[in-house]
Amino acid sequence: MPHAVSFQKVSRHFGSVRAVDAVDLEVEPGEFFAMLGPSGSGKTTCLRLIAGFEQPTSGHIEIFGETAEGVPPYRRNVNTVFQDYALFPHLNVADNVAYGLMIRGVGGTERLREAEAALEMVKLPGYGARKPGELSGGQRQRVALARALVNKPKVLLLDEPLGALDLKLREQMQDELRLLQKSLGITFVFVTHDQGEALSMADRIAVFNHGRIMQTGTPEEIYRRPKTRFVADFVGSSNVLSPALTQRLGGPAEWASLRPEDIRLSTEGAEAVVTATSFLGSATRVTLDLAGEKLTVLHPAGAPVPAPGAKVRIAWDKAALHLMGPEA
Amino acid sequence: MRSDRHTRAPLRLKIAAGIGLAFLHLPILLIFLYAFTTEEKSYQFPPPGLTLKWFAVTWNRPDVWEALGLSVRVASISTVVALTLGTLCAAAISQTRFFGREAISLLVILPIALPGIITGISLRSAFNLAEIPFSFWTIVLGHATFCVVVVYNNAVARFRRMSGSLIEASMDLGADGFQTFRHVILPNIGTALLAGGMLAFALSFDEVIVTTFTAGQQATLPIWMLEELVRPRQRPVTNVVAMVVVLVTFLPILAAYYLTRDGDQISGQGK
Repeated sequence: MPHAVSFQKVSRHFGSVRAVDAVDLEVEPGEFFAMLGPSGSGKTTCLRLIAGFEQPTSGHIEIFGETAEGVPPYRRNVNTVFQDYALFPHLNVADNVAYGLMIRGVGGTERLREAEAALEMVKLPGYGARKPGELSGGQRQRVALARALVNKPKVLLLDEPLGALDLKLREQMQDELRLLQKSLGITFVFVTHDQGEALSMADRIAVFNHGRIMQTGTPEEIYRRPKTRFVADFVGSSNVLSPALTQRLGGPAEWASLRPEDIRLSTEGAEAVVTATSFLGSATRVTLDLAGEKLTVLHPAGAPVPAPGAKVRIAWDKAALHLMGPEA
Repeated sequence: MRSDRHTRAPLRLKIAAGIGLAFLHLPILLIFLYAFTTEEKSYQFPPPGLTLKWFAVTWNRPDVWEALGLSVRVASISTVVALTLGTLCAAAISQTRFFGREAISLLVILPIALPGIITGISLRSAFNLAEIPFSFWTIVLGHATFCVVVVYNNAVARFRRMSGSLIEASMDLGADGFQTFRHVILPNIGTALLAGGMLAFALSFDEVIVTTFTAGQQATLPIWMLEELVRPRQRPVTNVVAMVVVLVTFLPILAAYYLTRDGDQISGQGK
């Protein structure tokens, strides 16, 4: 079976800017795939390359085994949920959802029936007669989702789908999107800059930086075994230890990552000075100065919190120190 | 009425406003009045008597119909040309980014800022150089220069408010360029185009200056009126025609105003 999406040495340059730089990427059928990275890292351009809004400067793209270069967006069996939803303001919700069917020549009653079914799937039954302007942000997003899914795409692309929603709604939509994806079995590719979102929703994640993929793997792999300093820092704000510090703490002279929740304040081990504390609710983040380098510790709630200026000792399981090599 | 303090204007301000309005509109009312006068050689005030016969006289004058027909044809075709070119220009300027975009935008608007006499002279010399005989089409070309601007301005404002991802969304859902234009772009800029087209029509319909430079022997309605005023024969006929011109130009402008005012709800949907 071919890959759902495959990039071979794909580049997209805008003048002298290498938005996407020799990217190799494989998304498997039925996968929930996240493209994670800071803004300007090339993740959105990759999404647009799959949708067909951009053409690669060089390289080769396949969607389910079919060459995608030169194929316009309207001939690809791929649909997009846009960041700003891009609902047609002059059409009501039902006609928005039925737009793709209307273009394909599906008859009026048939397409309205399918549109209503799609609206039911995103839990907006009976909203067909409303105009997009009368809906809340969360509802507009559901309509955008229904409008894309009604076409039964082989790949659904989502551009920062939850970016504009408030926290509670975002968590709810995360669960719903995942359930929907699993029940439909459609390949989802979504772009996000929120590592929490990527970790909780995706089957696999590609971490982007400067137009390149730094690492691809399951959320667990990315989180536990980052390959580079960038990934360690960007995905879950891990402590990145310089080779000198790693050596001082008894390891080899390599870059290392040490998760804040893996460090505990103890009676023995390396000595550090508390520089700041901040209460997070379920834990307290303690910032330490360890031989001139900054280190953060997630200190569980309930235990006494040391005051800034206090000297503490820190310890961790040997396995928690993840080595990334001398040149990470 | 936001606050009670401002509900009543001082008397002096009211009088000033009244004088201003009278200054603007009394001459127009006079034109209407003299369409009904019984005196046909000079405009004496007050008119010696009132009659409706000039409407019948006007109706039976073939030169009026000829001029009116020419004006309507010129205005219609100029508007069609303006709608096509203006929309294409607006689409190019607002949907793409390229070097010199602002400069080109300015160049498109410039013809309406130029005095009509400059446009007229330059077109006349251009037609002479290219050895194009003056005809119906040279008048249309002259009018199109400023009609394009009106359409462009309306369309570009609407394009700017239209989210660019709407077009991508349409393509994404399987619509090609033509289908996207028909189902997404046109409904969103339709009222702006209608308003721009009406303004363009009205502008073309009462244009004098550019027309005098680009017309050959034909007389559009405004030119005909100008010629008619010179000879004192059946003068009120001119006034009757003037009333018609006011109606023909005023109604589209009024409609255009209402159309663009409501346009906010059509495409100004926020995110």
